[in-house]
Order: sequence, then structure tokens, then C-alpha cells
Amino acid sequence: MSKLHIETTINGEPAEYLCDPHETLLSALRNAVGLTGTKEGCATGDCGACSILVDGRLVPACLVLAPEAQGRRVTTIEGLSRGDALHPLQQKFLEHAALQCGICTPGFIVAAKALLDAKPDPSEEEARYWLAGNLCRCTGYDKIVRAVLDAASEMKGSAA
Amino acid sequence: MVAIRYEAPRSVSEAVRLMAADPGALVLAGGTDLLVQFRAGVRQPSAFVDVKRIPELMSIAIDAQGLRLGAAAPAAVIGEHAELRRLWPGLAESVRLIGSTQIQGRGSVGGNLCNGSPAADTTCALIVNRAQCVVAGPGGERTVPVEEFCTGPGRTVLQPGELLVAIRVPRPAARTADAYLRLIPRTEMDIAVAGAGASVTLDAAGVCTAARVAIGAVAPTALRVPEAEQALVGSPLDEASLKRAADAAAAAARPIDDKRGTAAYRRTVAGVLTRRAAAIAAARARGSDL
Amino acid sequence: MTTPRDFKYVGTRPIRHDGVDKVTGRASYGADPAWPGMLHGFVLRSPHAHARIVSIDTKAAEAVPGVHAVITGKDLPETTATIALGEAAIDLRDIGDNVLARTKALYHGHAVAAVAATTIDIARQAAAAIDVVYEVLEPVTGIDRAIAADAPILHPALRTKGASADAGRPTNIASRMELKRGDVDAGFAEADVVVEREFRTPMVHQGYIEPHACIARCGEDGRAVVWCTTQGPFVVRDACAAIVGLDSANVKVVPSEIGGGFGGKIVVYLEPIALALARRAQRPVKIVMGRDEVFRATGPTSGSKVRVKLGAKRDGTIVAASASLWYEAGAYAGSPVGAGAMCMLAAYKIPNFFVEAYDVVVNKPKVAAYRAPGSPIAAFAMESAVDEIARELKIDPIEVRLRNANAEGDRAPYGPKYGPIGLTEMLETARAHPHWRAPLGANQGRGFAVGFWFNAGMNSSATVTLNADGSAAVVTGNPDIGGTRAAQAIMAAEELGIPVERVRSNVGDTDGSGFTDVTGGSRVCYATGMAVIRAAEDAREQLRARAATIWNVGKDAVGWEDGRAIPPAGTEKASPLTVAEIAAKMTHTGGPIVGRASLYAPMAGPAFGAHICDLEVDPETGRSRIVRYTAFQDVGKAVHPSYVEGQMQGGVAQGIGWALNEEYIYSADGVMENAGFLDYRMPVASDLPMIETVIVEVANPLHPYGVRGVGEVPIVPPLAAVANAMRDATGIRFTELPLSPPRVLEAIEAAAAVPVEA
Repeated sequence: MSKLHIETTINGEPAEYLCDPHETLLSALRNAVGLTGTKEGCATGDCGACSILVDGRLVPACLVLAPEAQGRRVTTIEGLSRGDALHPLQQKFLEHAALQCGICTPGFIVAAKALLDAKPDPSEEEARYWLAGNLCRCTGYDKIVRAVLDAASEMKGSAA
Repeated sequence: MVAIRYEAPRSVSEAVRLMAADPGALVLAGGTDLLVQFRAGVRQPSAFVDVKRIPELMSIAIDAQGLRLGAAAPAAVIGEHAELRRLWPGLAESVRLIGSTQIQGRGSVGGNLCNGSPAADTTCALIVNRAQCVVAGPGGERTVPVEEFCTGPGRTVLQPGELLVAIRVPRPAARTADAYLRLIPRTEMDIAVAGAGASVTLDAAGVCTAARVAIGAVAPTALRVPEAEQALVGSPLDEASLKRAADAAAAAARPIDDKRGTAAYRRTVAGVLTRRAAAIAAARARGSDL
Repeated sequence: MTTPRDFKYVGTRPIRHDGVDKVTGRASYGADPAWPGMLHGFVLRSPHAHARIVSIDTKAAEAVPGVHAVITGKDLPETTATIALGEAAIDLRDIGDNVLARTKALYHGHAVAAVAATTIDIARQAAAAIDVVYEVLEPVTGIDRAIAADAPILHPALRTKGASADAGRPTNIASRMELKRGDVDAGFAEADVVVEREFRTPMVHQGYIEPHACIARCGEDGRAVVWCTTQGPFVVRDACAAIVGLDSANVKVVPSEIGGGFGGKIVVYLEPIALALARRAQRPVKIVMGRDEVFRATGPTSGSKVRVKLGAKRDGTIVAASASLWYEAGAYAGSPVGAGAMCMLAAYKIPNFFVEAYDVVVNKPKVAAYRAPGSPIAAFAMESAVDEIARELKIDPIEVRLRNANAEGDRAPYGPKYGPIGLTEMLETARAHPHWRAPLGANQGRGFAVGFWFNAGMNSSATVTLNADGSAAVVTGNPDIGGTRAAQAIMAAEELGIPVERVRSNVGDTDGSGFTDVTGGSRVCYATGMAVIRAAEDAREQLRARAATIWNVGKDAVGWEDGRAIPPAGTEKASPLTVAEIAAKMTHTGGPIVGRASLYAPMAGPAFGAHICDLEVDPETGRSRIVRYTAFQDVGKAVHPSYVEGQMQGGVAQGIGWALNEEYIYSADGVMENAGFLDYRMPVASDLPMIETVIVEVANPLHPYGVRGVGEVPIVPPLAAVANAMRDATGIRFTELPLSPPRVLEAIEAAAAVPVEA
């Protein structure tokens, strides 16, 4: 069985990898590409730990086949910070103690970025429903929601 | 070890050719059901035929006749379509209920139908909106009413070599509106334990002149409930007629006990949701600017 | 001992030092690394809940190209060692048999063989080629079946420990214990009201988002390294050594960052398998569990049956309590029923009680610790019963607790006298809180419950090393699940008098850090924190001694204030020296400065929590949602308040899930039907409101800062708080969890069918 050669863009940079036809994009990112920030929690699309953006759209990497990334733009947690500057969401997660074990954090931050891209001023309820696909077992979500709303507020402020 | 292929056809005819040539090939839209089943060993395709590079399967178009919805268009894109939401609020609701935001980025109405789950959220809403499935195959194109598309859990009318390419929904008549509700234990993420969709058309006096009711997750397929429709037609959609419709829906349900709910529970809730969905559809129709 | 003092860093909220790695995805968890030459492991699991393993033929599997090793239970030596594990001791023979079954498969998913191959697909394919012949036996699927006279027996040699009658017969009851005081019969005789109920809870899982994962390698010389996600690297080392047959000194365990544990990662599952495969293949082997394996084959907590009977006087004083607890141990003995029995009455000063507790084996995965193990189940029963007493007597629920609350000097039901405990303070704080008086809407109800946990002490070691620039590195052996590195940095900074940002806190491996008991038992901030404080004090003493050398004075004459050594008055050419200034000269004043401490901390000290829960129910569908929640807890001293709040909120969320929707659903033949996050329903963000936390601080005299453990208590009250809220909203007492919509609706419909008496 020969592998497929896929050319894509990951976090703004051209990238390529070899993959099995039936391999998931999550597996290709973590193994062939070496970006392990995206996590596997369930492999059935129910936990959000593998959240990435493909062409700007929030998807679960465990339910995307690796060949599908051909010619597309993929964004992972590793693409959020700019140089040594953290994205406001990353900074707010730290300030609000919105992480304990941290395994769900990359997925939450990518999902929250997609939220704020689509809805720069979400209400608490909108944020909670948008993030319902991201499971956290440590925090009870309270500080995560506060961090997201605070980041929204800051990003709106600096955009003005 | 058998090699599994990945194909990405660019046209419907290419896709049909691939499907017809290889009986083990399966269509890959969002993958939110297929890839889960593949991982669990329940489905073992010889090839994944990824249809998302075929424009007709991804597009959403609304004209004077109504909606032509590409079978593989992701729920998120459908949910963001302002005109679709205005004309078919219940259908848009049902689409936005599928899974999580991440699943919405992938899952499609076509995939939902072809998976043949009795609990699929969009099926009831499609039925009450008189949707038609556009199927392409080696023999050409054919149309199947959506309520006939699924024949049982996991089974559809698709023949070897065929694939679902689009869903057509006729433009609603004046003073027509739909609604869809489902019951899940949590607020998100769960498969529907019971679901109900309703579409009602009112005359100028507010009397119902046409109605469609469908219930989901309470039978091997989503069920249209003519008795519930009859209870609504000719009525002002008041509490009494809504209750009659609800009772008819509960009576028509043929649910099972499973890990998501008991049969008795599903039967009761199918009635409750029918009443509530019909009430919302009625309120929408009364306030409608169509 | 605790002396009140003004803290500079303790009680502040600095950003945790490991935080940037976690928000950028750089932090390395169990499944993240790849080692050169690595193979992939896959575990073959029993398809039967109860079966004798007649034979296993691995020849076909071994012949598959790309397969480098295949093992079964017969490849592991039988061990009879025991090791300390968390707050109990564990029989390694059971753990070894659980890791790889020898003669019987005791639950669906029980590991029976494992394969290491060049790709995971090949490993899976080869595992499918292993021919296992089973003699299928009738499974025992719950407590009632397990204790029935004609029950199938899991372990023919098992006899009930602690039983008097029937002690010699084969049984599924692994042990029985009792706690008693006074004369319960006399107590009930003088009671004005008596409440008696039976409660049931299902098996539930800790639900950590990171599945178990490890990579192991073993060289020709028998030296092994295991990288794994674990709460207890020393446990992994000692368990692996015994189970695989290696010398403990030759096994180094390097803990990864851990993606949640809650008690479920203090046991070994994959590690001995990976090690045994790695030894046979002479290549590193990586094994990662799938989510369904996590549910089926790790360590959920017990399902239970609890009967409780309470007797009270009209003024609310509880005069008698009796209870019987049966907890599922899973396939091998060792449920937390004993702890449950000890916690059940801990908040209450009851003169007469009798509690008996049964540990029951069933054909389900062997249970492991889950956050205050045993206590939530017992509290569900007790706090529901106390709620009934309060209703019968028409006394405010918080008032009933106040009238019976234990205080310093009272004797805990499990023996010792309480030191200073914050129970009364916390209850009064709850009663004064606006939540208790806020109006409720239609179909809404309010519930109150208290909870208790002992909080462990145990072994901890720490080193604090000074760098030449005056910064410090802390090393302990406790994986950080909840922000303990941040707390440790705060404590070291406080003792040394240097800024928190100048302290780096690390988790060492088993070669680099002194022996440390697990991260668990709410003990890290308390016991390991104590070690960090003592190690920092040790370093500070060395700094003082170096300053003395620099000034050529006696060490006793050197003062210390605010991170600076103070010269004795009148010393020539001497001004205070900062830590950095002293450290810069350490090479010339005696060499490196390393502070150390190792200790066995006494039990941290009991801690109590109290929760108020508002719930709204849809009476037509039985569906409910939590509308408001406030958690009160005596934490002794909140070293980093944000992470204390986080522990409380996380425990509340788990408790709410346990109360409303979580359960292991079993088929008649003992197969879990909902082994995934779709149908094992944990709370999602839209299910919960903001969770308000109120921290009460009554100092624990055993800790220099007054710290009590915080992590476990928060999961104890919610089961009853939610059930009591449901009682308030519906008028119906629910005695079985979860309060899923079908169960709630059925009860509402049944109640509506019964004519209501005035």
C-alpha cells in the first residue's frame, strides 16, 4: 500500500506530508508533520480536543481524512501566537486560570478563535453553546467562559 | 492488508463512475458518521469517495421554485445562510442542532439522510417541508420524496452506483412556517431521544389550511403523521387542536427501549414536542411576511 | 505550627509557570512523543464479561509481517507483592492479573494479550489473528446478583474478610466492616421522627479527557525507561517492576504532563504491557488507549446500594443513625466502601450509630479512586435523608446541620478527635449568603448538602536549588494536574523572599526526585507543599550561613528579613545581602546551595464543603437544568486562590454530571453500551451556569500556612444538592441516580396519578 503525497498550507506556511489514504488529518498532523498540540481525546468527534480550522472553518481533525487537506489552509494551536506574542485568547486563559491539566486547552483556544472570528461580541450563552463541543473535566467551564468573554472585549477594544 | 483508496472526483458523473465500478466504495461527505463507523470496524469501505470537490454537492441556491441544497454542504454553511433561515426557520433550526460547532463544520444534510439514523435531526424538518431527494446514478438522475428515502435504520433506497447529490425544498406558500424541536438530556451534543417537526399554512383568518407533521427517533425511520396533520387542518391551531395533534403523534410512534430512552418516554415526549413545534410554527406563520 | 502572618505571595494569583506551554500546545502529554525505532502496541481484550480462558494461540499473530512481539498473561511472573497506593495498599497480584488476564476474563474489555508491531494497523490486524478459546460463564452484572445465594462466583478462593457468619463459603463479598457507637436501638426508640430510605447510584467514570498512554523501552541490560501519563510515577515504577519481573532500581519512570486523572491514573494498565513488549522486542513500544478502552478497561468508580435510617428529636437533633453500604469493587476486591462508611456521618455529632459496609466483586472493570473515593455515594444517601428529616420537622436544612455539626474536640465517626475545623463557620456563611434567600421561579427548586473528606498526608520529598543569579528551581515528584507547580513556586518564593517569577517549579522523574506518594488525596499542596516549604527553609538557612561566612560572624547572629540576610549590629563594612548577592558568591563560600526535605506528613486534616443548588425541571419531559450553584468550602489557606476556585468548580461539575446524566449502561450480558462521550453524558459548557465559590479559611494547624487539601471535597455534596433541589422542584424524593429525563418524567407521571392528600 503506497502513501499519498499531500501538499497543503499549515499555519500560513507551505507544508507537505505522506499519509495513508484512510488516515485522519489528526494523525497526519501529530505524526507525519510533528505538530502534537492538537490532541486526541475520543476519535469520534465528541470532545473537541482535536479542534482545528480548515479554510477558516472549525472542524474536528479526527473526522477529517488526511488527504482532504490537499490545497487547503489548515490552522492549528501552534499557529495562534505570532512570534513570541501570545494571542489574546492564550493570554486571557492564563490570566483567568482557565486551564488546570491543560489537555483541552488547545482545542478550546482554537474553537474560541473561530467563535470570535464569527461573532466578535458573543454573549455568555452564545459562547457556551458555541463551545459545547469542547469537553473540559477539570474547570467546570466557568473560568474558560470568562477568559473567552474577556478576550472578546479586549480584541474589540483594540480593533476599534 | 487490503489497501483502502481515497478518491476526490470533480464531477457528479465521475463520482457515479467510481461508485458503479467499485461496489465497496462509500461516499465521504463530512465523515461525521462514516469515519466513526470506519474506526469502530462497522463499515469497511474499499474506497472513500470524497464528494466535497464537486460544486453541485456543496452549493446552496434559492430561486423562485425554492431551495436546491447540495447534499454535502456542511451544516455550518447552511446555518449561516440568511435567506434559508428566513424561509425555512425550522429546517435551519434542525440543521443547527446537529452535533457541536465542530461537527457542524463537517456534517451535512445529505450525510445525515444517507446514514439513515431514525434520530437524524434534519429528516423531520425536511419531511414537513415537502423536500425531494435528487439522486444520480448509472441510469441518470431521479427524484425521491424525502419521507421515502430512508427505509430502515441505516438503510436507504440508494442502489449500487447511486449517490445523493441534492435536496430540493419547494418555496413555502404565503403564511407558511415550520419548526423543529428535539429532546436531548443535555443542552447540546446528544442524539435526539425524540424529535418533532411541523409545518402549517394559515389563511387570512388564521385557520390552518395545510399541515405536515413528522416525528423522529420513535420508529425505524422518521414518520409522517397524517392523523396529526388532520387534527390541525381546518382548526385555528388552538390548544385543543394542538393537543389532538400531539395525541395522534404519540399514538403513531413505534419507539424502542435503548440506552438513550425508554419506549414509553419517547412516546410521551413525541406528543409533547409535536404540540410545542406546531405552536411555534403557528406563531411564526401568523407573524410571517411571506 | 501555623502562626498568623502577612504573606507576600501566598494568596496572590500569579500566572502559572507551565501555562504558556499549555496554551501553545507545546506541553508534552503521554501520547505526544515519538522515540526512534518505536513500535506500536495494541491490546486484545475479552469480548465476554465472565469467561474461563481455555487457551490462547498466538502463532498466527507472531507470523504477521511487521510484528515484533506478542505477549499474554503467562509471560508475566505471578507476584504477591503489595504496595502503598494512594490512601490504601494494593495487592499487586490483582493488579497484575488485571493488566493481563491469566486464567479468567473477569469483565468485558479485560486485557488478554498484546501485540507490538511497526504500525498500529498491523498490530490491530495481528491481534485479530490471536485465537483465544473461552468457556463463557454467566456474568454478575450488579450488586443484587452478586450477593444472591445462587450467584456465579468470580474468585473461587475469595472469602469475606471481616465477616463472622458464612466466613468459609465462596462468595462475591470481599470484605465487611462496621463502625459503631452507643446503642442505635435505644437511639431510635427515643426519636420523634424516623426516616428510612434505600439509595442506588450507577458506576461512573472520572472522565479525564486524556486517554492512558505510555512509551516504554527496555535494554539488553534490563534497564528500562517508561514515559507515561500518571499521577504516581513511583507507583508505576514499583508496580511495573513487580509485575514484569524487573529490579525497581532499573526502572526509571518519567511522568509526562497529565491530562486529568482524578484518581484514575494512580494505577497501571498499559505500562507493564508496554514494558514487557519492549523487553521482548528490544525496541521502544508506544501504547495509547482509545476512548472506548478507557471506559471499558480502566478504573471507574463503584455503583452502589446504600440503606440509611436516621432518627431525630423534634428539635432537629439526630439521635441515631444506621446504614448499610454495598459498593461494587469491579472484578477484584477493593472498592472505597470503607472510606464511604467513615465519611458518611463525619459532619454530624450523633451519639448512636451503626454502619456496615460491604465490598462486592462484580464482572465490571476493577474500580479505581475517583475524587474523594466513596464519599460522594455515601453523602448522596445521608444528605438526602437529612433533607427528609428537615422537611418532616419543618426546620431549615442549614439549621439542621448547624444543630448537629461537629466541632473541634468532637470525635469523628472513624475515631480521632477533630482539631480546628471550619464546618460551623462554613454553614453560617452559607446561610447568610444571598443565594439561600433568592426567590425561585416556576418549576424551580433549591437543594442543600454538605460533604466531607479526610485529605491525605503521606510521603513527599522536595529540593530547592539556588542558581547563581538568585533564582531558584524546585523539584518534586508530583505530576501537576491542577496547578500545584504554581502553588509550590509561591511557597518557595515566600520562604526565600524572592519574587515568584524567579522560581521555577519542576516535576522530576523517579531517578531525579526523592520518593513521593501520588498526586492525589488532595495532598500535594499540603504535604508536598510542606516539603517545599521545609526545603526552602533549609536553603534559606544555608544562605544565612553563607552570609555569616562573608561577614565573618557567627551564623546565629545573622538575621533574615524579606529576602535579605541582615548583619549583626556593628559589623564593619556590612550591609544586608539579597539572595542573589549571596548566591553569586556561593562557589567561594562553600559550594552549591541545595535545600532538601523529605517527610511523612500526618493526615492533612478533615475538610468540609457545603453547596446550594438551584434546578429547574420541565415537568412535561423530565428534563432539568442547573440554574444557579454556589459552593462553600473550608480550605484552610488558599495559596493560589484561582486554582482553589478551579478545583471547587471542577468538582461541582463532575458531581452535577454524576447526579443528572452520567452512568455506565450495561446489557444483560455485561457489555457497556455507552463507551463513548456521545452517550456517556458529561456536562458541556452550555449545561452549566457560572459556579460561584466561597472560600472559608480556618487554618489547619498541621501546615505552616494552614493549608488543608481542597481538591476532593467539592465532588462530595453535589449528588445530594441536586437531588434535594429536584425534591424541592417536583415534590418527589429520588433515591436512584442519575436523574435522567426518563426517570424523572416517570416519577412525575406516577406522582400525578396518585390523588394528593391535603
